[in-house]
Amino acid sequence: MNNELTAVYFIWKRELIRFFRSKSRVIGSLGMPFFLLAVLGSGLNNVMEVSGGNYMDFITPGIIAMVLLFGSLLSGITVIMDRQFGFLKETLVAPVSRLSIVVGKSLGGATTAIIQGILILGIAMAMGVAVDLTSIPVLLILMLLVSLSFVTLGVALASLMEDMHGFQLVMNFIVMPMFFLSGALFPIDTAPEIVRYISYIDPLTYAVEGMRYLLLDYSYLPLSIVFGVLGGFFIITTSLAVYLFNGIES
Amino acid sequence: MYAIETENLTKKFDSLTAVDHINLKVNEGEIFGLLGPNGAGKTTAISILTTMKKPSSGKAFVNEKNVVDEADSVRKNIGIVFQDFSLDEELTAYENLDMHAAMYGIPREKRKERIEEVIEIVELKDRLHDLVKTFSGGMRRRLEIARGILHMPKVLFLDEPTIGLDPQTRKHIWEYIKSLQKKNKTTIILTTHYMDEADEMCGRIAIMDYGKIIAVDTSENLKNSLGGDVIILESENNEELEKELSKLKWVEKTELRNGRIYLQVKVGEKRIPQIMKCAKEREIEIESVNLHKPTLDDVFLHYTGRRIREETASGKESMRIRRKAWGRK
Ligand SMILES: Nc1ncnc2c1ncn2[C@@H]1O[C@H](COP(=O)(O)OP(=O)(O)OP(=O)(O)O)[C@@H](O)[C@H]1O
Ligand SMILES: [Mg+2]
Repeated sequence: MNNELTAVYFIWKRELIRFFRSKSRVIGSLGMPFFLLAVLGSGLNNVMEVSGGNYMDFITPGIIAMVLLFGSLLSGITVIMDRQFGFLKETLVAPVSRLSIVVGKSLGGATTAIIQGILILGIAMAMGVAVDLTSIPVLLILMLLVSLSFVTLGVALASLMEDMHGFQLVMNFIVMPMFFLSGALFPIDTAPEIVRYISYIDPLTYAVEGMRYLLLDYSYLPLSIVFGVLGGFFIITTSLAVYLFNGIES
Repeated sequence: MYAIETENLTKKFDSLTAVDHINLKVNEGEIFGLLGPNGAGKTTAISILTTMKKPSSGKAFVNEKNVVDEADSVRKNIGIVFQDFSLDEELTAYENLDMHAAMYGIPREKRKERIEEVIEIVELKDRLHDLVKTFSGGMRRRLEIARGILHMPKVLFLDEPTIGLDPQTRKHIWEYIKSLQKKNKTTIILTTHYMDEADEMCGRIAIMDYGKIIAVDTSENLKNSLGGDVIILESENNEELEKELSKLKWVEKTELRNGRIYLQVKVGEKRIPQIMKCAKEREIEIESVNLHKPTLDDVFLHYTGRRIREETASGKESMRIRRKAWGRK
């Protein structure tokens, strides 16, 4: 048992070391959200009319959710890179359970994603977005839940893919639609009915709305539903990740 | 007790049978070689024994534990140096080793000590805190070896461990591995393309071809099974000398080819003086004598009809195909 915990710790640490050593990953992960905030946020501030505040405020939770989605999924997908560069073999023959490997990897990926999320929140605040700081503890729990769900989704997908070619498919058919349908950039309650229904099956919608509630004190979804749906999603993705990763052959 | 035992172990990839009903028994503390050309199934066999791949049929046991049902306990007792690169390039040598040691349950205070010990053996002490991506190919290989022996496994699998290493380093590493085997009774399964290495290191050798094991024995017995040494003679009167020599009862076979006499005998070095004497009595002058001791390569040729060395050419062939696939000539 102790050994399993040690393994989880070292796998977690490896994710962090790799993240901080790769300057391009840190900068790259913040470039796009910063660009969205700066251009969309300030550019559309006077054009877009949204309930409860200005447009920049409105998209901040959405951009943070996006950072979590991208960062987490990317971390999960690195299982493929580990496979291609051979390191996966080293972890697979080690006398630790596959569960510990998935847990370590997920906690590591979630940690780096949350760091990126907090950085972008800081940037938004520096750009003048006023947020409710009292809800930060709950916000962190929500971020952890969201990140863990997406890392494990990434691990599950990576377990099914032989090489990075499938990655483009994941970006185009999962990540981008998930982001655009989540209501990160537009209010869902005023969207056409069809878009609204689709957005309800998009787990990122609940992440965005939860963060909007916590940071800006308004949302059309109660926090209980947000945590309920995301909790369910987390259980599904984690079970899938553990199950599929278990079936991996070198 | 066998360190390794397999029963009709088989692995199929679609229509290709990479490992074909192999039955092996390896004793504890043995250095056991797997010899075979590219694609023979050596790595696949090792992958199954190290729990990385599941067999299609048949059974395998490592330290009497089933590699499928008891994979966890198998993993605790094995170490492997993979044929392909398997380090984390973004980490330093130390971080790679430390993570490995931790995952194999070596307590923190012992880790540093062990790391210092193995890094010394592979002569990378001054590069310990450098990122692996700054290492040369040979240095990476050495680090992989250091990692494989770090946790002192009971059974150590070495898949082409010394490929690309200079002779001196190779010697050094083999010495250490031999000492491991002596001191800790470590069982070692090794594949190598260096036949002299296999010859010198291995107690027994299994010859593998197209997924099957075609012969298992000590290197000496395998070579003896070819019928002994070959003495090659040139003389002023080959025909007569051959006739005379073939009358001797210790000469097993004679052949006249390309102006040379080929004699098959046991322990050739002892027979050369007798041959000289026989020739002198018949007053036939011998111009040259050559003694050829069988090598593992000859053994391989004998069992498969091909030379293992020719496979390096097929390696070039596959490179050529790969280059073609990339659109270059
Ligand atoms: N994942 C895989 N999928 C399909 N075929 C495979 C796979 N892995 C190996 N093979 C095939 O199985 C056969 C045995 O391969 P293996 O790697 O075990 O050979 P080897 O004896 O280790 O060769 P080498 O000396 O080149 O390392 C080869 O024909 C190879 O193409
Ligand atoms: Mg191989």
